[in-house]
Amino acid sequence: MTLLNSRSYWQATRGNRPHVCRGWKLVIFLQLTLNGLAVGCIYGLVALGFVLIYKATELVNFAQGDLLMLGAFVCYMSVVWWGLDYWLGFLIAVVAVGAFGALLDRVVLRQVIGQPQFAVVMLTIGLGAMFRTFASVTWGSEIYTLPTPFGGVWTVGGVTLSHQYLSIVFGTLVLCGVLYAFFNHTRIGVAMQATSQNQLAAYYMGIPVKLIFSLIWAISAGVAAAAGILLAPVTLIDINMGLAVALKAFAAAVLGGFGSIPGALIGGIIIGLIELYAGATLPEGFKDTAPYIVLLLMLIVRPQGLFGSLARKKV
Amino acid sequence: MRFPFKTSYNQDIRIFRDKVDAFWYGLLAVAVLVLPLLLDDYSVGEISWVFIYGICGVSLMVLVGYTGLVSLGHAAFLGIGAYAHAYFIMHGAPWIVAVVLAVVITTACGLIVGLPALRMTGIYLAIATLAFSVIIQEVFSRWESVTHGFAGMKVDVPVIFGFAFDDGRSFYFLCLFFLVIVLWLTRNLLRAPTGRAWVAIRDSEIAAQSMGVNLAIYKSMAFAYSAAVMGLAGALFAHKIGYLAPDIFTILLSIQFLLLVIVGGLGSLHGAVFGAIFVALLPPLIAILRDGIPDSMNQLAANTGLRVIGMLGTAIGEFLKKPGVEAGIFGLILVLVILLEPLGMYGRWLKIKLFFSTFPMYKASTFKRQKTYMRSERLR
Repeated sequence: MTLLNSRSYWQATRGNRPHVCRGWKLVIFLQLTLNGLAVGCIYGLVALGFVLIYKATELVNFAQGDLLMLGAFVCYMSVVWWGLDYWLGFLIAVVAVGAFGALLDRVVLRQVIGQPQFAVVMLTIGLGAMFRTFASVTWGSEIYTLPTPFGGVWTVGGVTLSHQYLSIVFGTLVLCGVLYAFFNHTRIGVAMQATSQNQLAAYYMGIPVKLIFSLIWAISAGVAAAAGILLAPVTLIDINMGLAVALKAFAAAVLGGFGSIPGALIGGIIIGLIELYAGATLPEGFKDTAPYIVLLLMLIVRPQGLFGSLARKKV
Repeated sequence: MRFPFKTSYNQDIRIFRDKVDAFWYGLLAVAVLVLPLLLDDYSVGEISWVFIYGICGVSLMVLVGYTGLVSLGHAAFLGIGAYAHAYFIMHGAPWIVAVVLAVVITTACGLIVGLPALRMTGIYLAIATLAFSVIIQEVFSRWESVTHGFAGMKVDVPVIFGFAFDDGRSFYFLCLFFLVIVLWLTRNLLRAPTGRAWVAIRDSEIAAQSMGVNLAIYKSMAFAYSAAVMGLAGALFAHKIGYLAPDIFTILLSIQFLLLVIVGGLGSLHGAVFGAIFVALLPPLIAILRDGIPDSMNQLAANTGLRVIGMLGTAIGEFLKKPGVEAGIFGLILVLVILLEPLGMYGRWLKIKLFFSTFPMYKASTFKRQKTYMRSERLR
């Protein structure tokens, strides 16, 4: 995925400012860090969606990236086709995709709980392909631009703080804060934690486990939609925008240890930073592969991820 | 219904269960040999694809269906086989030597990927193989002295001992030959201790380990064998496609192979072949329907005078012509298969067969599967 062509930025900066000898490396480093952070936040958000669903239902949802794409498209439709306000479009997209996620759980994924994990992975891959076809039939397969209120740029000491990237970082912080408060300080959030720890015990305690599952799907899908809308001004909207993000986000979730929420966010940021640093400093071709090389090495050394715990069956 | 009365273990692991079985397979063999004489060139070419996909399916079936290791990166092995084969052919190696070298190289790659895989299971293994395939795909596009990068690499027709397989029919027989060889080899491996160890690992690693199965050795063997078969498929794939480019061997191809084994039916070699028929013949079928449905429905509308039918037919044709619809149809079928028939096409075939052979006594619960809801039970 080309979020920003850091290599050309590197060269352009080198060409334009030959007189700056000290400090410009630091400036570029800071610039890359900021942009990597923004990219990583998106990966982290999508990875968060993976992990939420996995923790609760032990299903791995490969359609997460396509939910992201749907979110971006619904927002685009609200803002451009219907002429609504950006924030209203944002809200509509998150709610609509969230409701769609709950519906998906209710209609499709509840049938496969208890089947082998691999079957469910393939099921969601199939769903993702259907969503892409749906999007290409409904909205067309061109590339669209979503108008946003974040067009401006601040320049602090040579570092360009584009509002688009800042909005991504800020949006992620807000979302994580809201989710943290929700899971720890509301009755239903605590019930969700209980369900993910032990489904059966939670059911005995009178927690409506089925409803909780649907709600978790709604939250995951909503988070994915929000990530898609935040990402839309950077990558532009097309039907394949989700796939590339989802693969990297999946790598991020595994890097952090599948099943750990802070791990997912940190994994996402690590992948984002590696991607941008590698794109700027290593030969061409490493931008897309460096995150995977790091992931592979990490998995060889620590197969359960950074924050994951190794589950063993006691005989 | 036939009840084979078994008196020894050798009888249980025979390739053909009895003479009736052997007769039907013989009939199938005759049919496949006669088929290219009856069909046109286009159909023969499409059926060659079935054989190549069948070899790919066997490769993945050994890994996923029998050993229980999920790989999201098998397109990379196919690519390694295809590029290695094309490279050696281009540098003057005889065809047989090029194929053997391609298989050896992919086997080595399979072993290298298999080593870290020994410590990983389930989703971690899937993402590790995915990472491997992304890296390999980048290698394909960057290592231009060997792969010619995005400029592509032309592959000549296979010439074996001076005989050129330059038309569709001779290539059909070449693919068929290798599919039969691979099926025969794999079937023999599966009924030997190796195959039983693989199945034991799939069903429960802990139980297999307790029974004395060396996990490291048998998992590496599964990976190596699967990669070797994929390398062979890659060599044929290279000839069939005629022009290699790095963007053929993407994750989408890997997903298509997984789709193949699931739709065919996990855990059976029949499933690999059924799945190959499905994956290879669905796109041409959609292409036929794309023009066929509107035409026939318009015809029907003209005959009956109902314009609605004609409009519906045109709408379906328009829908099928949209880009990306084919992937959606594949996705829909995958979803339906997993929801309605988790045992795949071969499972359905067994059910139909059992229904007729036990006609009034058939009961659906014969195939009922155990579901596991507790986390500890799902750890194997």
